[in-house]
Amino acid sequence: MTDGPARITRDEVAHVARLARLHLTDAELELFTGQLAVILDHAADVATLDLEGVAPTAHAMAVTNVLRSDTPRPGLDRDEVLAAAPDVEDHRFRVPKLLGEAP
Amino acid sequence: MTAAPTATEVASAVRSGTVRAATVLEGHLAAIDAAEAGIHAFNLVTREQARSDAAAVDAAVDAGHDPGLLAGVPVALKDNLCTRGVPTTCSSAILAGWRPPYDATVVTRLRRAGAVVVGKTNMDEFAMGSSTETSATGPTRNPHDLDRVPGGSSGGSAAAVAAGFAPIALGSDTGGSIRQPAALCGVVGMKPTYGTVSRYGLVAFASSLDQVGPFARSVADAALCFDVIGGHDEADSTSLNRPTPRVLSVLDDGVEGMTVGVLAEFLDGADPVVVARARAAAEALAAAGARVEEVSVPEVALALSAYYLIAPAEASSNLARYDGVRFGLRVDADDTVAMNTATRSAGFGAEVKRRVMLGTYALSAGYMDAYYGKALRVRTLIIEGFARAYQRCDVLLGPTTPTTAFPLGAKVGDPLSMYLSDVCTIPTNLAGHPAISVPFGTDDAGLPVGVQLLAPALAESTLFRAAAVVEAAAPDGSGRGGGTT
Repeated sequence: MTDGPARITRDEVAHVARLARLHLTDAELELFTGQLAVILDHAADVATLDLEGVAPTAHAMAVTNVLRSDTPRPGLDRDEVLAAAPDVEDHRFRVPKLLGEAP
Repeated sequence: MTAAPTATEVASAVRSGTVRAATVLEGHLAAIDAAEAGIHAFNLVTREQARSDAAAVDAAVDAGHDPGLLAGVPVALKDNLCTRGVPTTCSSAILAGWRPPYDATVVTRLRRAGAVVVGKTNMDEFAMGSSTETSATGPTRNPHDLDRVPGGSSGGSAAAVAAGFAPIALGSDTGGSIRQPAALCGVVGMKPTYGTVSRYGLVAFASSLDQVGPFARSVADAALCFDVIGGHDEADSTSLNRPTPRVLSVLDDGVEGMTVGVLAEFLDGADPVVVARARAAAEALAAAGARVEEVSVPEVALALSAYYLIAPAEASSNLARYDGVRFGLRVDADDTVAMNTATRSAGFGAEVKRRVMLGTYALSAGYMDAYYGKALRVRTLIIEGFARAYQRCDVLLGPTTPTTAFPLGAKVGDPLSMYLSDVCTIPTNLAGHPAISVPFGTDDAGLPVGVQLLAPALAESTLFRAAAVVEAAAPDGSGRGGGTT
């Protein structure tokens, strides 16, 4: 067994929400901090294990070097794809200005 | 009132020309009209498209062509399977109204086999949940008791089959999302070996765990569907390029000489009635000639924790695509980051936000080794534990869920208790193995109990042989044949 990570704090939840592009109200922040702490406490059985020498498995049925046949074929229909976009200009996806750009 | 026909019966009658696909469809649409308002199995019933597809099947029969193994069989699709031009929402506000520009491979294969798609079924939002209560379109109710959950996340598909709305439905199983609702709704639900069924067009939740599989009212129907949807697909780079086991042809082969391991860890903590049903199923296998013994895989006790680090980690990455740029909801704001944030905050429900944050945290600087890294190592231990058991056993047996269907609202405020309802199904996903839930009697209140069979990777033939024996021994009223048309 090893020491597990310290309990997740309200500030950490706020930080993680920013990373995940989520805005949380104060009430949500309070609720999620408590709930995530309970879930992570349960995960302490894994986080505190000494697993030195055990290899990680990212994929149970790993396959490598997957190449499809080099056969020309039509892609998705551009107009059909763009029809699903919230905003389009000149056959491109249109977004608001990016941070730091001149207006 | 007669029991709704199985897919096997429908396909056989339609192929031989004795029953019209259109007649079969109208019978199922009538069942939907009669009971759907109280159940909410569907996000969308594709009535007119289904009529046109059924007419095409009948025209093929009239012209002397064989429409295929699922000729005229109504099927319901979980609403995370892409259907070209038909809304696919994942029961999330962020995808409301989105019409995919392509069909999932499994949808194409069903149609090529003559199946008739009747609609898109309700689910927990992005398949995150165990009760269908995180759906943005409201919960599905269990056809056996409308005050109880159908399970989840594929609760709509399970309820649709249990209610007689369709003999077959597709779901996706990331941590038990086919088997758990199948157990709670009294139908058969099967999770194939990872990589045997294409994920192309399945909206991604946790890519190393997600697998599409069938719901049905009989083991034979599940086998028929698996034979249709399985097999290599070059559009899915995780699809296994090797022969997929064919299961329909081995259903009657029995279990003589097979060794069945009753998995001790799955019995621990399960309700006594569920344990009793699992033991009765083991006795049925013994009576049919299998050797039954108790086995222990202590590592599976760590599976729940490992899963709730790995699946959210993968989800946090997969769900980054919902950014308001290319499809789905956009909530406008002054700059792109603010637009992304406003869109995701408005479009995702609470459970999706929780899991995205949990995954982001488990992958973040300073915590990745302790959480995600450890969880991947535990995954190795679980695979090794199962491998040990499968040196002695051909299949493992245990409950599918620790309890029967719980009341609506009972667990929504306590995420961890909700997660614990998947404790018997999650280990299989981490190992990539196949498993099936078969209805096997009821509790004292008449609610269905599911028994789960597990097998090593690509041992679907063994799995289905054992499932057929369990099904044949199931008491009357196990839930199969439920629904009327």
